[in-house]
Amino acid sequence: MSEELIETIKKEFRSNVFDETVSNNEHYLTVKKEAAVRICDYLYHTLDFPLISIFATDERAKDGCFKIHYIFSCKDDMFIIIKIKVEETSPRFATLTHKIPAANWYEREIQDMFGLVPVGHPDPRRLIHFEDWPAGFYPLRKDFDIRTKPPRVKGEYIYRRVEGEGVYEIPVGPVHAGVIEPGHFRFSVAGEPILNLEIRHFYTHKGVEKLFESLSIDKAVFLAERISGDNSVAHSAAFCQAVEKVAGVDIPPHAKYIRTILLELERIYNHFGDIAGIATDVAYPFGAAHANRLKEQVMQLNEKVTGSRLLRGMNTTGGVRRDIGDKNELISKELATLQNNFRELMELLISSPSVADRIETTGRISNEIAKGLHVVGPAGRASGIDGDTRRDHPYAAYPELEFKVPVRKAGDVNARTLVRADEVYESIMLIQQALSRLPEGDIRTDVNQIPDGYALGYTEAPRGETLYWVHISNGRIERCKVRDPSFCNWLAIEYAVLDNIVPDFPIINKSLSLSYSGNDM
Amino acid sequence: MTIEDEREIMGQRLHEKIKNIFGRSLSIREVDAGSCNACEVEITALSNPIYDMERFGIHIVASPRHADMLLVTGPVTRNMELALLKTYNATPEPKLVAAMGSCACNGGIFGETYASGGGVDRFIPVDLYIPGCPPRPQAVIFGLMVAVDKLEQKIRKLEVKA
Repeated sequence: MSEELIETIKKEFRSNVFDETVSNNEHYLTVKKEAAVRICDYLYHTLDFPLISIFATDERAKDGCFKIHYIFSCKDDMFIIIKIKVEETSPRFATLTHKIPAANWYEREIQDMFGLVPVGHPDPRRLIHFEDWPAGFYPLRKDFDIRTKPPRVKGEYIYRRVEGEGVYEIPVGPVHAGVIEPGHFRFSVAGEPILNLEIRHFYTHKGVEKLFESLSIDKAVFLAERISGDNSVAHSAAFCQAVEKVAGVDIPPHAKYIRTILLELERIYNHFGDIAGIATDVAYPFGAAHANRLKEQVMQLNEKVTGSRLLRGMNTTGGVRRDIGDKNELISKELATLQNNFRELMELLISSPSVADRIETTGRISNEIAKGLHVVGPAGRASGIDGDTRRDHPYAAYPELEFKVPVRKAGDVNARTLVRADEVYESIMLIQQALSRLPEGDIRTDVNQIPDGYALGYTEAPRGETLYWVHISNGRIERCKVRDPSFCNWLAIEYAVLDNIVPDFPIINKSLSLSYSGNDM
Repeated sequence: MTIEDEREIMGQRLHEKIKNIFGRSLSIREVDAGSCNACEVEITALSNPIYDMERFGIHIVASPRHADMLLVTGPVTRNMELALLKTYNATPEPKLVAAMGSCACNGGIFGETYASGGGVDRFIPVDLYIPGCPPRPQAVIFGLMVAVDKLEQKIRKLEVKA
C-alpha cells in the first residue's frame, strides 16, 4: 500500500521529485521548491492526508540551504514528509495557507525563527517575537547564539479592527483574573455577542527548541517534561520515542506497558481537571469540587506510584526509570473507586438543567473548521474528527490493548465534555488491561552510541496529537521540532466564540483545554 | 502523625498568623511570568476540597490592586517582563513577592537565553523563594507561613519610619 502510494505521487509529479528516502514509517520526498504547494495540495485535498506540522532546519553548513519540511499523516501508520530547499540568498518560499489553513502559524513561526518569508501569506505579521524585537535576529539559525539578548526597539502591533456603531473592544490579559497562563485576548463586541476575537500569544516563549540544541540527550528529556507541565509524560514519551527510533532501539515490553499506564493516568487527571474547570465556569461549584477532589486523588496516586504528582522523572531514553509492578494492586483499587465516583459526578452534571443550559450549543466548532485547522484531541473528536494517535500511529503498548475512540458530532462545549468523560472510562479500562498483562523483564535498555539520523516521535496527549521531530548528529541534538496539540487548537477558539456572549468565553476556553506554554514554548 | 494531620496543623498555624496580622485574609495575585503550567496546576490544587486554602485565610484575588502578595511562577520571559513590572507596580505597599518553583527561583532548566531572563529577583525584589518543580501544595502553604512573618517585619519597619 505505502509503496503504491509513493509511486502514485512520484508519477503525478515525476519531474519535481529529486530524492526519496525511507526510514521506518517515514517517507521523505525532496521536491522542487516551486512544486511544493501543488504537491502538498494534492496530498491534502486529493489523498485526504492531514498536514500535521511544518518546520524548517538550518543546514547551511552542509549545503548552503535551509530546508522546510511538510509532514503529512497517512493511512497505515505512515508519514509523508515533503522537503524543499530554500537558499540563503533567496530566503523565500510560497505560502500554503490559502490552500491549507492549518499552515498559517507554522509559516509565521518559520518567518520569525529562521527569517524565511512565506510569500503571499494572508497574515504576515510576526507571531512569536513581539514588536520590540529588532529585525534581522533569527533564533533558530545556527549562527544565532542562544545567549544573545537583542536590544528592544520601538514598534507597534496592529490588531484587526472591527468598526461600526456600538462596537467596542475588550482587551483581556496577559495577566488574567484567574490562575491561568498568560495570553492576550481582544474581543470586538456589540453588546454581549462577540463579533470578533483576536488572540495574541507567545508571552511564555522560552526558546525551548533552541535550548534543546544545547542540551545532552539525557537532560533534554527533562526539558521535554517542562514544555507543557500537565502533559509531562506525553511530551517526554514522544521525545524518547523519537530518540529510540533514531537509535534503532526497541524498548523492553515491560517499559512499554509502564509508559502506557503513565500516559493514561495523565489523561485521567487532566480530563478531571478540565471537567472541574467547566463546572466552575458554569457556576456549578458542587460539581467542580467533586471533580477537583477526583483530580487530587489521581495526583496523589501518581505520587504514590512514581514519586511525582505530575508523573515527572519516569521517562528516559530506552525505557523508564522505575518499576511500578509492585503498585499493581494499589492502582487497580484506586481506579475502581474513581470510576464509581466519576460516574456519579457525570450523572449529576448531565442531569442538571443549569449546566446543560450553559454548555449545549455553546462554542460550536464545525467539522469543516476543525478539519481545516487540523484541530486535534478531544476538541477535534467532539467536532466529528475520528483521529487518535494511539490508534492511527500506534506506539508503546497500545497495539496490544483494546480501546474505543469516542467521537461526537455537535462540536459544542457539551460534546467536548462528553468526549472527555467517555475517554476517562476508556483510560481506566486501558490501565486495567495493561496491569493485568504487565510483562516481566527489564524496564530499560541502554541507548548509547546513537547514530546520526532523524525521526518522528508522537503520542496522544490528553490535549491531542503531540509531535517531535528529532535530528541527532554526533550524539547531540541538531534540531528538535516540537508540535504541541495546542498549537493546532488555539486558532479554533477564534471561530468557536463567534456569536457567543462574552460571559461564555471562559467556558469555551476551558472546554478546549489549551496550553499556553506548550503553544509558546 | 499522618501527612493529612501535618497539613492541618500547618494550615491552622498559618491561619492564626494571618488573622493576627491582617485581621482578614492574605490576598494573593498569581502571576505566571512564563511557567510551564505545572506550578499553576499545584496552585489550583490548593483550592480543591482536600487543601481548601481559603479556610486558612488565603485568598486568590483577581487584580494586583487587591493583593498583599504576588506569587510569581516561571522564568521571566522577554515577552512577560513588562507585564510583570506593571503588575508589581500596581500592587499596593507594603507588598510581598514570592517566587514559586525552580524557574522563578533561578531560571531553572530554561536558564538565561534570548527568550528567558532567569529568576524573578532579577526583575523585581523577591521576599521568599519556594523551590520545587513544581513545589507540592504543602510546600506552598509552608512558604506562605514564612512570607507572612516577613510581611509582619515589613509593616513594623514602615510603622517605625512613620
